[in-house]
Amino acid sequence: MERNNQLHRQVALMRQSLFDQGYLDEQFVQLEELQDDTNPNFVEEVVTLYYRDSARLVASIEQALDNRPLDFNRLDSYMHQFKGSSSSIGGRKVKAECSQFREYCRTGNGEGCIRTFQQVKREYATLRKKLEAYFQLARQAGPRDTASRST
Amino acid sequence: MLTSQSHGVSSPKSEVTALVVDDDKVSQMIHHQLLNILGIENDVVVDGKQAVDIHLSGKKFDLILMDRDMPVMNGIEATKKLRDMGIRSTIAGVSSHSSSKEKQEFIEAGLDVYHEKPLSAAKLLSVVSKMKHTA
Repeated sequence: MERNNQLHRQVALMRQSLFDQGYLDEQFVQLEELQDDTNPNFVEEVVTLYYRDSARLVASIEQALDNRPLDFNRLDSYMHQFKGSSSSIGGRKVKAECSQFREYCRTGNGEGCIRTFQQVKREYATLRKKLEAYFQLARQAGPRDTASRST
Repeated sequence: MLTSQSHGVSSPKSEVTALVVDDDKVSQMIHHQLLNILGIENDVVVDGKQAVDIHLSGKKFDLILMDRDMPVMNGIEATKKLRDMGIRSTIAGVSSHSSSKEKQEFIEAGLDVYHEKPLSAAKLLSVVSKMKHTA
């Protein structure tokens, strides 16, 4: 019982740190609100789908960045989609880097795009690791009896 | 936790029906679950053409959540087509486009309301509360 309480406290702390460090925003809380008894792993499933589905977008952007001359319209279109998905799971830092990338597309700044895309990928990978660790711990802790969520 | 009762949508199965039109799998999943939790029976299609086709098959919906950018047929074309077909469902544009020109173009296609993605429970409830029941 005590061990379980400890695990739940760790889960809560880990969750809070994801918000405090700016990795997640309010949209993640909205996802948590959609979790219920019939879909107890909804958030993890959405995040898993996001990483699976966005992998092709990341590959498309990488390929497009290898082409010369750069097609900024195409790059912006891909990044618009990627930003939308990232925003849907509450990926705050990923979303911010996506916005920066789109700004460089608008101004036709190829170097800026290439540089920022490295940042996008870094934040995308970091968020994945952090969420994987969070979900793993949450699974260990098991369901909570009361939900007291705040960002 | 969201429930249909706590948010004024009649339960256990609401008489309201909805169609999610979106090519993005993450958005599909979120909107589908959001509607389920609110007790709103819903179908999901992946582009505007499928939205038109499902109506041609005879199905009707009170609410359509329409994404803007989709392959095959986008949300603007699909909205125009559905209005031309005489579909009077509440069509809520849900898009991540944010320029006022793009938003205006989408609204002028025949939307009843427009919301930026991601759609929250509060936004969806505000749409549902103003809805006309046509199904």
